[in-house]
Amino acid sequence: MALFIDVEVDQAVASDASLAAKLAEVCPVDIFAQKADGTLQINDDRLDECVLCQLCMNAAPQGSVRVIKLYDGNAVLGPV
Amino acid sequence: MSILIDADTTFLVQGITGREAVNLVRECLDYGAGAKIVGGVTPGRKGRDIHGVPVFDTVAQAVEHHGATIDGSVVTVPPAFTKDAVFEAIENGVKLVVIVTERIPRGDVAQMVELARERGARIIGPNCLGIIVPDVIKMGGIGGPARDAAKSYTPGAVGVISRSGGMTTEMSSTLTAAGLGQSTAVSIGGDAIIGSSYAELMPLFESDQQTEAIVIYTEPGGRMEAELARWVTERNSRLPIVAFMAGRFMDEMPGMSFGHAGTIVEGKEDTASEKIARLAEAGIVVAEEISTIPELVRERIAVSSGSTAG
Amino acid sequence: MRFFEYEAKEIVRKGGIPTSKGGFATTSEEARARAEEVAGAVVVKSQVLTGGRMKAGGVQFADTPQAAATHSEAILALAINGHDPRGVLVDERVAVKQEYYAGVVWDGIRKQPVMLFSDMGGIDIEEVAEKHPDHVGRGHFSTIHPFSEFQAKQVIAAVGLSGSELNRLVPIVTRLAKLFLRFDMTLAEINPLAQLEDGSFVAVDAHMEMENEARPRQQALLSELGVGDEETRQAREPTEFELAGEAVDAQDHRGVAGNVTEFDGNLGLVIGAGGGSLTLFDAVRAHGGRPANYCEIGGNPSVAKACGLAKLVLSKPGVDKIAVMMSIVSNTRVDIVARGVIKACIELGHDPAEKIAIFRIPGAWEEEGFKILERYGIEYADRSVSLHEAARRAVEKIQGAAATPPASA
Ligand code: SF4
Repeated sequence: MALFIDVEVDQAVASDASLAAKLAEVCPVDIFAQKADGTLQINDDRLDECVLCQLCMNAAPQGSVRVIKLYDGNAVLGPV
Repeated sequence: MSILIDADTTFLVQGITGREAVNLVRECLDYGAGAKIVGGVTPGRKGRDIHGVPVFDTVAQAVEHHGATIDGSVVTVPPAFTKDAVFEAIENGVKLVVIVTERIPRGDVAQMVELARERGARIIGPNCLGIIVPDVIKMGGIGGPARDAAKSYTPGAVGVISRSGGMTTEMSSTLTAAGLGQSTAVSIGGDAIIGSSYAELMPLFESDQQTEAIVIYTEPGGRMEAELARWVTERNSRLPIVAFMAGRFMDEMPGMSFGHAGTIVEGKEDTASEKIARLAEAGIVVAEEISTIPELVRERIAVSSGSTAG
Repeated sequence: MRFFEYEAKEIVRKGGIPTSKGGFATTSEEARARAEEVAGAVVVKSQVLTGGRMKAGGVQFADTPQAAATHSEAILALAINGHDPRGVLVDERVAVKQEYYAGVVWDGIRKQPVMLFSDMGGIDIEEVAEKHPDHVGRGHFSTIHPFSEFQAKQVIAAVGLSGSELNRLVPIVTRLAKLFLRFDMTLAEINPLAQLEDGSFVAVDAHMEMENEARPRQQALLSELGVGDEETRQAREPTEFELAGEAVDAQDHRGVAGNVTEFDGNLGLVIGAGGGSLTLFDAVRAHGGRPANYCEIGGNPSVAKACGLAKLVLSKPGVDKIAVMMSIVSNTRVDIVARGVIKACIELGHDPAEKIAIFRIPGAWEEEGFKILERYGIEYADRSVSLHEAARRAVEKIQGAAATPPASA
């Protein structure tokens, strides 16, 4: 279970294979991957490695990928 | 004023497409007046650009593109390729080479230093974070991102020379918090053989009008502190020096090295206690804690400026 | 990295310098066989990486193969300064006319190798240099221009040697200088370099050290000598705890979280970067603290790596608390290290606020890091608290904890 970070992705994005591929590519710590059917898989055991780089948020339609800081009252990572 | 670099210094980054090098370029461009990074070199990557800095296959191409000699180079290539990269820079007219790479065998470092000497160039490092002139320019990863570097470094009268990159920032930050700025801070590297030792940088600080005192960070291993003590005694330097010695515990553990490759003790003179004694003999005060450094510096600046006035 | 004498003599031979006859043995039977090959009086020498083996009884003379076997048996069972011997070297006893010394080391100030030569061999060269400076010849040589024999000749002639001695020694010292560079040595010493009754010279004992950083490119030599990658050849063998530290560091290639050295204190240290670690270790001791370990974190390690190191330190028997401290970081991230150490506490079933005596890492991403620390109620400090002050607080806490009498008392 992740202690510090959670990631939520809208269903529309998660089921879109090309967006899933993009997310898997941009995340520097491999939090995203693709399932066999091309849809998005979130690697729970990698969540705490998130470096808050926002590359996933920029790779998908605005607001569809949310990085949540569990240590900060579930604050959603926002554009700086 | 400053030593080694100023706002007009142009430099290259060799190994510019590496992960750390990309960060370093961003940091240097953002800091102070913005470093004049005129090119980067990574063999096989010509035509790319890193944060707007053009990438070339060779140093010669970078020089040609710039249309003039390039003052310096930051070398961040892996250890097996560092010697060649440094030779390439020096043979293309670069006069100041900052080597960031660590774990380079001494045989290679000695060759680079010898070539630099023959060509009238200077090497800083290896295994160092580079040089910073507060609010003006930084050459290397020293101090980190521009925003962080600005918290630790401020312009002023203290020259800083350190065998540890991280401790360069820790000491400068302590000086800054006490209202004492820095003229130039140099991370000289933690290896057994380095391009520029304390004693080799002292003449530059000596002739820099802005600098009124020197703070150094030292460790066990090597004879560099003895060399500095000799220099100070022979030259009757105008600059008071305050030193901090880390790794005192190592005296009880002969034959082990901690922290940096250069801390390996190879003779009696290399131990922390011997060095402290030698520095003290030369009139260099050795601070027990980092936090006492600013006061020691201030006292000594007061004394030396008092004696000049009198 | 230091070589055993039997390896050092092999390196000398590879450099083209003659040595006394003999060979390495790990059992008394092998020792007997080596002595039979020599076919004459031998000396049996313990192969340990420590000094003082003569005094400890690790060097014995034998006139027959049977005596060599008997002595080896005893020497193989004899630990010297806590080192178990790797084996014994069974060497012919040569008839020595005169003992010389030849060595090469780095001069970090001149930044060149320096040859040392003395006609007073068999004793420590530092002692000779101190008491009989006129018996030591010295000469620096270039690492980019080819070595020329006259350089060796000058060094030998400087102690007053001439005639056939001089002419026979020049190629030996020349070869030593060349092998020093070719094999990336930090020390290459032949002592004694013996002149035999017939006038020839042989290396009787040799001491060689190779630079650790050069090990990758000296693979060929190392594998010929049978030196494995896992052999650190430090002044003392790594402990299990230290090997576990290396395993943590090797789990991924991002950053460093390792270089662990074990001590027998109660305050675990998760400390960072070369200079910062040295400073902090001193600071803890200066305030009367007893560190359980030394270590280094740097170069922006992953959460998993920081967590692995913290877990290792926390699980060490006798460790009550850990102190997480670094000099101001610019590359390593405060929040990532905070996550790692907190995760380690929680996964081991501890309360991080209780186990982490203090967290003092200012620098990159500190705002984010401090939020995490606050959330878990951990005492933390920013750059306004010095390294020494942070160490003092950690020591105070752990001593307070140890001194507090049980509630029932
Ligand atoms: S913010 Fe960066 S590290 Fe975190 S999940 Fe997104 S891409 Fe990965």
